[in-house]
Amino acid sequence: MSGLLEQLFQVGFLAALIRIATPLMLATLGEMLSERAGVLNLGIEGIMLIGAMAGFCVAYFSGSLWLGVGAAVLAGMVLAALHALLTVSFGLSQHVSGIGVTLLSTGLAFFIYRLVFGQPSQPPSVPPFQTVPIPGLSAIPVIGTAVFNQYILVYVAMLLVPVMAFILTHTPWGLSVRMVGENPHAAESAGVSVAVKRWQAVVIGGGLMGAAGAFLSLAQFNAFTFGVINGRGWVAIALVVFGQWRPWRCAGGALMFAFIDALQLRLQASNLGQHVPYETFLILPFLLTIVAMASVSRNAIAPAALLKPFRKEER
Amino acid sequence: MTAPPLLDMRGITKVFGEAKANDGIDLVVRPGDVLGLLGENGAGKTTLMNVLFGTYHADAGEIFIAGKPVRIRNSADALSHGIGMVHQHFHLAPRLSVLENLLIGQKGRRLVLDRGRALERLDDIRRDFGLWLEPHRMVSSLSVGEQQRLEIVKALYRGARLLILDEPTAVLTPAEAEGLFAAMRAMSEQGFGIVFISHKLAEVRAVATRCVVLRHGQVAGSIERPGEATNAEIARMMCGRDITPPERRAVALHGPVLELSRVSTRPRGGAGLDDVSLTVRGGEILGIAGVSGNGQRALADLVSGMLAATGGEIRLAGEPLRRAAPAEAQRLGLGRIPEDRMKTGLVTGMSVADNMILSRLADAPFSRRGWISPKAIRAFASERIEAFDIRCPGPEARAGMLSGGNLQKILLARELAHDPIALVAAQPTRGLDIGATQFVHDRFLEMRDRGRGILLISEDLEELMALSDRIAVMYGGRIVGEMPTTEATIERVGLLMAGAETGRGRA
Repeated sequence: MSGLLEQLFQVGFLAALIRIATPLMLATLGEMLSERAGVLNLGIEGIMLIGAMAGFCVAYFSGSLWLGVGAAVLAGMVLAALHALLTVSFGLSQHVSGIGVTLLSTGLAFFIYRLVFGQPSQPPSVPPFQTVPIPGLSAIPVIGTAVFNQYILVYVAMLLVPVMAFILTHTPWGLSVRMVGENPHAAESAGVSVAVKRWQAVVIGGGLMGAAGAFLSLAQFNAFTFGVINGRGWVAIALVVFGQWRPWRCAGGALMFAFIDALQLRLQASNLGQHVPYETFLILPFLLTIVAMASVSRNAIAPAALLKPFRKEER
Repeated sequence: MTAPPLLDMRGITKVFGEAKANDGIDLVVRPGDVLGLLGENGAGKTTLMNVLFGTYHADAGEIFIAGKPVRIRNSADALSHGIGMVHQHFHLAPRLSVLENLLIGQKGRRLVLDRGRALERLDDIRRDFGLWLEPHRMVSSLSVGEQQRLEIVKALYRGARLLILDEPTAVLTPAEAEGLFAAMRAMSEQGFGIVFISHKLAEVRAVATRCVVLRHGQVAGSIERPGEATNAEIARMMCGRDITPPERRAVALHGPVLELSRVSTRPRGGAGLDDVSLTVRGGEILGIAGVSGNGQRALADLVSGMLAATGGEIRLAGEPLRRAAPAEAQRLGLGRIPEDRMKTGLVTGMSVADNMILSRLADAPFSRRGWISPKAIRAFASERIEAFDIRCPGPEARAGMLSGGNLQKILLARELAHDPIALVAAQPTRGLDIGATQFVHDRFLEMRDRGRGILLISEDLEELMALSDRIAVMYGGRIVGEMPTTEATIERVGLLMAGAETGRGRA
């Protein structure tokens, strides 16, 4: 047991935690932005998969990982735009549209991947992103090596938290996004175009989801497999609630989930893992999500206009 | 040459299908005007304002602002022309701060919000009009009156010179209403224009400098000095007929039909009840006055079996109400007109007929041996529609399509169908026009004259004064005063409503 505790504070464990948290953070922030504007995006799971696929394919053929990330962001935005079209412009049910986008994207991702690569016995891979130490900071013992010797996308995700928090509280754009999610009629009467703001939030959110997918296929696994997302999109949706629609808390939720996930990976490898079926450990992060949700979400207050389509004439 | 009017609407016409909602309406607002805009529901006030704000496009007519013809396509356009509106349903984001609600839609292409400048502007508004709100409070923590003040501040903040107030006093205490009127007068003195839409004739007479009455989409008349006109004159202009105030005959009092002794409850929609005792006897109407949120919701829900008492006893028609169950209250002879007819009164997605039998669904003749009998339901509904003069295409019409007055009539028709011994009615005429209000009042008085008892919860003091035999005032979940209506004055009741006698002052 003490061996386990020691492991927790090892560089390797902390670095793994950060790596696991990154795609969750990106996806959670993307979903949060969309929901702050009043649009639940259940397409997230599929959008992340499309991002992972598009990122991998483009990186594989162009040889440029960053071109891959760009493609993933773009693909995420396109599918999020479809969701925006259905829910914002046409005012359809956000649940139905979101599930539809997930089903469509999932099918599309597998289809395109098969079209490109066929059914190889050994999945093709790309040389993954290399870690980039931040001069100075990475020299800090333990923390520095774990946190500041990471992929660039990890830094992007970490920076995005304060940036998102700042944008939401201190910019006119952020305020109008929040207003649109709280009371679109108020926003409209103030001369803010509800549809435009919602489109922007949903599409930018989709870009982040795509980037999250690309992180998985280009940095974490350096290959595209059908199970690459493995429910992380749904977890992100739960984390948004857990984070009470606030960037810092959402990031905290992502870190917490990642901690449990990293922990269960260690547990599988430990001698405990020889006596207990490994599936037991796999359940842990999800079990914890449920417990955390049940305890926190009781007092969580969603954006007031979440799920509500906005039509000008109606009150 | 005098300055051109702030607003000059000429010959505004708007047609919906067959109906002319606005038919050649002229309306002029000059600097310093407080224009009372009166009319029954459906007279065309809302349509006219929607045309002014670009929600609808007029089929004919022109709008001039400060002498120049303008095209208004949306509310942002209207704002840029200096027209601001305070709706009945506030356009505020509850979980943002006062300041953030002001900052939204700020002009200019700044990348970061300029909070400092906004605070300065807020100070200016405080100085000029005496309107003040703590800028960092969350809107959800503001009282209704404060939220309305924020709406007015918001319009001024955005540079409105002409303010449209849609039924602004419906949600205020008499004292708060006085504060509003003071601010309106300050604005008027500084050359702002105000359009004041209201049903309450006394208020229009008190504050308006001029008055325009709409009827059937046309201007029925205008009154130059509303202060000198009588209610009856204005009402006649609005309805096109004489409106007789409800007549209250002396009736013999029967035994108690509803008794609360030392009842307390958990909070609901504001305060919960705190050791409340009251009695309604057959043949009387007990009016409950109070600012909303002071326990009225708890009282109504408790009596109708939707909220359990944490202490004390409730008796309906002499029998104790043993468990909090609406069916139980109904069985003992209670009728219920809930505050929010759309939410807890009717199912707007269902037909008129289905709504009529909602509370008696399982009873004969509407259901037999577990099967619904559509024929009996339709026959019953048709008969009630006839009796209550409900304007609808037929029993199968979707309830949600009907106007507020007709919805309220459906509720009345249902609740009164089985001649309840006691009736609890919360805000029964909120949002209704004079005609529909009179209908509701007449039904209540009929019930009373037949020896039934009514607990009438209302924020409309005029209504309470006109109908009740006794008035009790609620504050902070307690009954802080009770008096026969003959001894009640607006001032006395208003003071109690503000918590004066409990020593807990409230602005």
